[in-house]
Amino acid sequence: MELQSLIYLFVGLSFALYISIAIWARAGSTKEFYVAGGGVHPILNGMATGADWMSAASFISLAGIVSFIGNDGGAYLMGWTGGYVLLAMLLAPYLRKFGKFTVPDFIGDRYYSSVARTVAVICVVFISFTYVAGQMRGVGIVFSRFLQVDINTGVIIGMAIVFVYAVLGGMKGITYTQVAQYVVMIFAFTVPAIFLSLQVTDTFVPQIGFGSKIAFQFDDGVKMIDQGTYLLHALDQSITDLGFGAYTVSATGSFNVFMLTAALMLGTAGLPHVIVRFFTTPTVKGARISAGWALVCIAIMYTTIPAVAGFARINMIKNLQNVDYKEFVSGESKHLDGTMNNGTWFKTWESSGLLAWNDRNGDGKIQYAKGDAFVGKPKFTGEFGPSGQRLTSNPASAHTQSAEEMRASGKIVNEIYVDRDIIVLANPEIAGLPNWVIAFIAAGGLAAALSTAAGLLLAISTSISHDLLGNVIFKDPVTGRSTMSEKAELRAARLAAVVAILIAGYLGIYPPGFVAQVVAFAFGLAAASFFPAIIMGIFYKRMNKEGAIAGMLTGLIFTFSYIIYFVFLGGNKADYLFGIAPTGIGTVGMILHFIVAFIVSNMTPPPPAEIQDLVERIRVPRGAGAASAH
Amino acid sequence: MNSNAAEAYWKENIATILKLLVIWFVVSYGCGIIFVDELNAIEFAGFKLGFWFAQQGAMYTFVVLIFVYAKMMERIEEKYDVHE
Repeated sequence: MELQSLIYLFVGLSFALYISIAIWARAGSTKEFYVAGGGVHPILNGMATGADWMSAASFISLAGIVSFIGNDGGAYLMGWTGGYVLLAMLLAPYLRKFGKFTVPDFIGDRYYSSVARTVAVICVVFISFTYVAGQMRGVGIVFSRFLQVDINTGVIIGMAIVFVYAVLGGMKGITYTQVAQYVVMIFAFTVPAIFLSLQVTDTFVPQIGFGSKIAFQFDDGVKMIDQGTYLLHALDQSITDLGFGAYTVSATGSFNVFMLTAALMLGTAGLPHVIVRFFTTPTVKGARISAGWALVCIAIMYTTIPAVAGFARINMIKNLQNVDYKEFVSGESKHLDGTMNNGTWFKTWESSGLLAWNDRNGDGKIQYAKGDAFVGKPKFTGEFGPSGQRLTSNPASAHTQSAEEMRASGKIVNEIYVDRDIIVLANPEIAGLPNWVIAFIAAGGLAAALSTAAGLLLAISTSISHDLLGNVIFKDPVTGRSTMSEKAELRAARLAAVVAILIAGYLGIYPPGFVAQVVAFAFGLAAASFFPAIIMGIFYKRMNKEGAIAGMLTGLIFTFSYIIYFVFLGGNKADYLFGIAPTGIGTVGMILHFIVAFIVSNMTPPPPAEIQDLVERIRVPRGAGAASAH
Repeated sequence: MNSNAAEAYWKENIATILKLLVIWFVVSYGCGIIFVDELNAIEFAGFKLGFWFAQQGAMYTFVVLIFVYAKMMERIEEKYDVHE
């Protein structure tokens, strides 16, 4: 079958599956809407958490990032998995025992304060919206590249799908849909990885293939790399030859990698849409085990990512270096061993703006090395060069040599622009895999983006309906309970979900120009606000509301200002506090939070006796009923 | 369940967590970041050891740690009779 029809078929089937599940798992009560009734099996919950957690960014971009930065990509891999260890030991079991629906529930009750609850709601909404904007954009991008509709239509289709299962199904619908989405995306990621591993190293398991010997000989442009060289040696050798730093050696220095890893780990453990997952298990034991299964599900993908990254980088050099463009894109090039090196994919992705070739030395051949082919992202003029390549109007990168001088010097000058996302999106085509694998990747990318978007939207709507309306605005001052009926609250939750989807869609269609940087925001704020407040709420009985509020505000304001100043107001890198990049500053915000909260709480009266009892209660598992509202 | 048992249980829980978090720290921040260059001098099966920890080993260890913790806590809860 033709590629395009296969893509429609795979994506269509997966959508039909999600919607049927959503209809089957409709939520009838607030409890089902917020925490799926609290009876989700740990393995299923682990899969749902995995899908919730792994976003379009993980699926589409992470392998590309690791592929281009090599060793230091470990910060993302460890940072986005290590947080689950903290969740399992420091947060999940106790929050499950606490037995309510949301993170602001815990903050509000433990710190006996509507102010603390409201601060928490603001954090949830802010963190989740920044995140969801990126997801909707991801949905749009996958749609536009694979289904050939424009990005905005893609976003609207995505909104409609999420609408069906988030608004109807609530947490119950989302959980079971996410299980299906996890299965789709994990196969979509690992199947091509296995093919690649077999192709590059003759090894079935990518995690092992990554450390195996390459199955072919190739010319990196400077030296011949022999068949049977270890893959990582071949990578180190060839990219050093081309002027990059070695793949397996740190380029940015331990300190910043350390801070970034810490901010990502602590941020993961503080993200409200992840934490709320552990409210859905039936028991405290289930919450611990569930964190374990979630990490298993995530690790299957996250340990495959660096392998794909390595294969892709080798393939890129092997397939592109010194290849004649015209022969290549018309499918007539050959590898050293005489097999075909079909480059028709290069044309496809050139049209999407993710790839461009600027024949700087005028030899008609592609060269790849360190450096920029031109300044910025490709702006195509619509005209074609002598080899049939799309010409760009970008200004030339700083280089004073003429084409003749470049050719005469014999030095390799980089001529290609490669968007990092291409590593996953175009990999199967680069490796010449069958069409159904490519169609599968399209369905997988959509599953990754939709599942995360749905989880975030639910966190937002729950915060509004349950925490803000139910527990702050409509709170009866005498009984301390919500004056909203369960039915009214459920209606409010659905309405809030609708509004959240509309805003998310708007952000997807008119994205703020800084979606990527904004992710650092979400993690930094989660690390500096929720993580310490929850930890101290459980492990430090003496912590009172004054300390908690002062701590949260300190962490928030510090992290917020630092990121705003250095990312959005153009602050100078030289002024970084101890040289810490904004992506890692959440770690410092967290430390300040702990210190301020500790000092303030010791200068103010201890929390009331019933709060100390509450802390005693959440520390022991016995007596954990299902999650409840009151 | 009396409050002495609850307190003893809590102490043992904290001790368990601390032990496991030391391992968590060593495999990720220790082997994968701080001592990555030193460990990279050692090589096995095509991997430099520090690089392997950063991109594979730390993640495997994380998974094991969570299940070990869950198992240990089950035993501790039985011991102090605070299980569900």
